[in-house]
Amino acid sequence: MRRRKFLTLMGAAGAGLALGKTPAHAASNAHFEGYPDAKAVLFDATRCIGCRKCEEACNKVNKLPAPAKPFTDLTVLDTERRTSAKAHTVVNKYMPAGAAAPVFRKIQCNHCQEPACASACFVRAFKKNPDGSVTYDASVCVGCRYCIMACPFNVPTYEYDEPLTPRVMKCTMCHPQITAGELSVPGCVGACPKEALVYGRRKDILKIAHARIEANPGRYVDHVYGEREMGGTNWLTLSGAPFKEIGMREDLGVTSAPELTSGALAVVPMVAALWPALLGGIWAISKRNEKTADEERAAAVKAAVAGNQAENDAKLAKFKEQAEKDKAGSIEREVKKALEEAAAAAKEEEGA
Amino acid sequence: MTAETKKSLFTPFNIFAGIVVAVGLVLTVLRFTKGMGAITNLDDNNPWGIWIGFDLLCGVALAAGGFTTSAAAYIFGIKKYHSAVRPAILTAFLGYALVVFALHYDVGRPWRLVYPIFLQPGTTSLLYEVGLCVFLYLSVLAIEYSVAALEWLGLKKLRGLVHKLTLLLTIFGVVLSTLHQSSLGALYLIAPSKLHPLWYSTYLPIQFFVSAIAVGLSMVIFEGTLSHKAFHHKMDATYLAQHDGVVLGFARAASVVLAAYLGIKLIALGADDNWKYLLTGWGAWYLFEVLGFVVLPCLLYAIGSRERNLKLIQWTSGLTVLGIVLNRFNVSLVAFNWQLPSAQRYFPSWGEIGVSLFVVVVGILAFRFIVTRMPIFYEHPDFKDAH
Repeated sequence: MRRRKFLTLMGAAGAGLALGKTPAHAASNAHFEGYPDAKAVLFDATRCIGCRKCEEACNKVNKLPAPAKPFTDLTVLDTERRTSAKAHTVVNKYMPAGAAAPVFRKIQCNHCQEPACASACFVRAFKKNPDGSVTYDASVCVGCRYCIMACPFNVPTYEYDEPLTPRVMKCTMCHPQITAGELSVPGCVGACPKEALVYGRRKDILKIAHARIEANPGRYVDHVYGEREMGGTNWLTLSGAPFKEIGMREDLGVTSAPELTSGALAVVPMVAALWPALLGGIWAISKRNEKTADEERAAAVKAAVAGNQAENDAKLAKFKEQAEKDKAGSIEREVKKALEEAAAAAKEEEGA
Repeated sequence: MTAETKKSLFTPFNIFAGIVVAVGLVLTVLRFTKGMGAITNLDDNNPWGIWIGFDLLCGVALAAGGFTTSAAAYIFGIKKYHSAVRPAILTAFLGYALVVFALHYDVGRPWRLVYPIFLQPGTTSLLYEVGLCVFLYLSVLAIEYSVAALEWLGLKKLRGLVHKLTLLLTIFGVVLSTLHQSSLGALYLIAPSKLHPLWYSTYLPIQFFVSAIAVGLSMVIFEGTLSHKAFHHKMDATYLAQHDGVVLGFARAASVVLAAYLGIKLIALGADDNWKYLLTGWGAWYLFEVLGFVVLPCLLYAIGSRERNLKLIQWTSGLTVLGIVLNRFNVSLVAFNWQLPSAQRYFPSWGEIGVSLFVVVVGILAFRFIVTRMPIFYEHPDFKDAH
């Protein structure tokens, strides 16, 4: 208990210094290590007893509607649940292969260092705060639910039964309550009777997590879930059973959500810059081709016309010549004929 | 109304359309009074259903005929395609308008759809790119389409002014189409853990873009075939004379584009070394899509254009359109969330299907209203040779 209080105070002291730093932008090669004094919560599955006190506290702190079955009813644990608009955190019971006793695992927002929801939101309704929490602003949300599509941990939920003012609902790491001074640690952390939850500076929390593994190698899987998953999260998990067997994906990789989409976003300015030039060029070429074709056609027509003209002229001349010849010939013939006739007439006259 | 329209009021299609519109209106009231949960099967694991998978993804892809046809006619300067431009632009304009209309059902607070553009842009989001491009391209299409409306209204001066913008709008339209057709695919890049590896690829954006060109060309053929049946009397000599040439030319182009699309699909498969999945059940489904709806239409188009077989080409265009719908469904619904237990998987509700059908029918009615009144399939007598 003392350690948790101590870490809380350390974290509170550091929170003010972190303001002013911004997370990495999507299309940048800068690696975002997270806010230096960001807080984190460590969940240790080996300590969780499935008492649902954290669920109850969360419900109270966030003023959520009362559940159908009371929080003291542990039969709820028999079916696997996920977070919902009315429950920002749930505890599930798992029976890993070969385990002597059931293992409990708490689910809530993991508060990614570079959150998929914030990266996917087209109105910036999600914000990564310097204290490590990821919060949501319903006053700008359009309700497109791309955040829910994008989240690799299946965390954000939606008020499907609200006709006109639906909100996306998820754990805020009690950021509003802590900022307002109502709480010193998130509601669930404060309510845990087994210290399965620890709140503090992420750097310190990671040290604690690794120290626990080192001190008890047989008890833990040698991995702090969330240290690097999806670029790192501000909610870290320790487990004695393989993470896969307590419902946690082991194939998510270490690439953060913004990195997954940065390539596609980087293409946008290239297309916007290159396409008009390329298309304009193609247009100019096709226009030029058309013009050249038109000119060639005109020239061909002109040449054809000119050729015809010359041919016609020649023909005409030939005709004329022929006609002249014919004319001259016929005159000659006529003259000859006339002369012959005259001669014959003279002969006749002489003879007569 | 003329006697002709009065006579045709109670055709089978009109009765069907009337029922669909009536049901659509009831669903609209339910959606905006009882919430999305009342008429959809959407839940926290499946936030996007067929209103995104069909109305948005397919709607935008099927409207790609607008930019492909106007690019061919105006940028590549292929004059014999001019008469195909107006029907294609009209289809695209209506397609995008309906996409935006349908989105009003799907987003929680539709009056805020302008927020990302005017209030607080989230520029790290691919959805922002989609939204901005669709908003701009819808505006471009509205202006491009307005030429026909202005001719109908007899506003010569304004029409002349808008007509002068044709080339600029065409280039702008191709840029915007390139960006948002591809970014629809890029929407899924953020969720490698949810989309099956056979469909997830860093090449998704380019796959979406190239397949959109193929389906754009196919839609022009497909829609032209249907229009021929319904609106033959509205078509002028130029349209009819050019129609076969458009079909043959587009078929050849679509065959080439489908071949390129196949190539990109194979590269994606190889780049991520996903061959091993081909032997699974998912692989069979993937092969069904690729062999049946990419390879087959690619071959049929090639054969059809070589042998000048218009019938074959027209059937192939239908196959291609179906194939793209299948692909978009696979990415957004079938292969998405593939790791969830089947009890948690999504299947559309009757309410969702009803709204989607309603949107399609509204589109067909609007198309019919416009082509029976405005110069779409013919040149307006006052603006001859001005297409």
